[in-house]
Amino acid sequence: MFSALPGAVELGLLYALMALGVYMTFRILNFPDLTVDGSFTTGAAIAAVMIINGYAPWISSVAAFAGGLAAGVCTGLLHTKGKINGLLSGILMMIALYSINMRIMGKPNTSLRGSETLFADISPLLLMPIFILIVKLLLDFFLHSDLGLALRATGDNALMIKSFGANTDHTKILGISLSNGLVALSGALIAQQSGFADISMGIGMIVIGLASVIIGEAIFGAATVFRATLAVILGSIIYRIVVALALRVEWFDASDLKLITALIVIVALILPTFQRKRGQKKAAQKRSQQLLLSSNQIGRDGDR
Amino acid sequence: MLEVSNVTKLFNPGTPDEKVALLQIQLKLKPGDFMTVIGSNGAGKSTLMNMISGVLEPDSGEILIEGKPIHQLPEYRRSRWITRVFQDPMAGTSPNMTIEENLAMAYARGKRRGLKFGVTKAKRKMFQEHLERFNIGLENRLKAKVGLLSGGERQALSLLMATFTQPKILLLDEHTAALDPARAELIIQLTEEIIRELKLTTLMVTHNMDQAIRLGNRLIMMDKGRIILNIDEERKKRLTVEQLHGEFEQISGHKLADDKLVLGSSKRG
Repeated sequence: MFSALPGAVELGLLYALMALGVYMTFRILNFPDLTVDGSFTTGAAIAAVMIINGYAPWISSVAAFAGGLAAGVCTGLLHTKGKINGLLSGILMMIALYSINMRIMGKPNTSLRGSETLFADISPLLLMPIFILIVKLLLDFFLHSDLGLALRATGDNALMIKSFGANTDHTKILGISLSNGLVALSGALIAQQSGFADISMGIGMIVIGLASVIIGEAIFGAATVFRATLAVILGSIIYRIVVALALRVEWFDASDLKLITALIVIVALILPTFQRKRGQKKAAQKRSQQLLLSSNQIGRDGDR
Repeated sequence: MLEVSNVTKLFNPGTPDEKVALLQIQLKLKPGDFMTVIGSNGAGKSTLMNMISGVLEPDSGEILIEGKPIHQLPEYRRSRWITRVFQDPMAGTSPNMTIEENLAMAYARGKRRGLKFGVTKAKRKMFQEHLERFNIGLENRLKAKVGLLSGGERQALSLLMATFTQPKILLLDEHTAALDPARAELIIQLTEEIIRELKLTTLMVTHNMDQAIRLGNRLIMMDKGRIILNIDEERKKRLTVEQLHGEFEQISGHKLADDKLVLGSSKRG
């Protein structure tokens, strides 16, 4: 039962960067960015190819991050300057990246067996918690800077922040770019941990990211940015634990995973709407009773 | 300070839906002028505001601030000189961010936004002092999310955000229209105090005739995209609601009609 736990935590930590990226676009910018499915593989491909060609793993990882940034800039430009619908600009980039990723790797699968990776001397379970914590704190700090505040307001009330002088096109591009940088970095780390990069490894990444964000926020809350980023990281880990447990159920196949993930997200998205509706109705019923009771009083008090 | 010169704006020109929003508008505000704007539905009041703030671009004509043409600059660049308070209390603030974060964003107006902390100790103290003067208890709720505030509180915060950095031009677009009378009165009082104290050059659209006459030193009336009445400082001091109605009917040939228009003598609770 618990033999799978360290592995799940390890994967959760590696994917946490991707989840933070999805949090940036989906929650902060309010922009469902599907580029993620492509940029995750881009990161893995860049890192794998560079490592095989003898570059240091950390340089390869930084290059993967940069590749993700570039992919994000493209999506951002399509959406803001090209005025293409947000979902569609993400899908377009995702499709374009498929060919680009193929070009980077030259073949659908690149093995890293026998090459030195970031995790050659140190287990991901030791390295990742520290690394993730640093990334989280940097992100928290950024989102509380003047620029970060403008970025957050862009997703919250674009009209308002425009009237106070922020170019919302720029903040959007910046946010989408950073998000995809984190996603690509996550892909680079996953490739190094698993020992290969595969052209289809990014499929469904956006949904996994969403599941992590939603699970994390539901369990740990998202009252502040500090809390929300922590919740997203923990959500990513919990998601991997849930998956590990689900795979132990007799009649589940590994290929059922995406279905399970989709179901988690669907339930998590539908439930709050239902709860809110019911809550509002109850509150309205209670309030109308109060109003009925106090209506006599108002009549006596006159027009106030 | 602000000069609107020959500004024209048509919507859907040449089609059956053509609408003349503004026609050859001429307007000049001296520093410290506080002008109220009234008019029927569709008179072009909001279009004028959107034109000055940069939401819309004029088809022809110029808009100048301190002699510099600004009508080709995008909205976010004009914010260097101009701030606005919108009619919708939800529009002027960011609901999922805290009061102090909202104020910090307003404080960054006209400055380069970098990677320094948005809310610092010094700024927090300054925000607190500004809020204290409003006397509505917001100074103790700096870390509360703005979405939790009432409409009146949000509008008061919007007003503070638009004014405490002393813009060259303040645009108020029916900023009390969505509030209940008591709240609206509070916001109007705060508005009056702030504008008088900071001597802000202000353009205020209102549907409340009483307000339009009571506030400011100048008044214009708009109809069908034109300024049909421009009342100067001397005349405004003696102006009454009845006179204003008479003038309107005489000039425009129809009755002043605005589904939101509040006639002068309404009593407030």
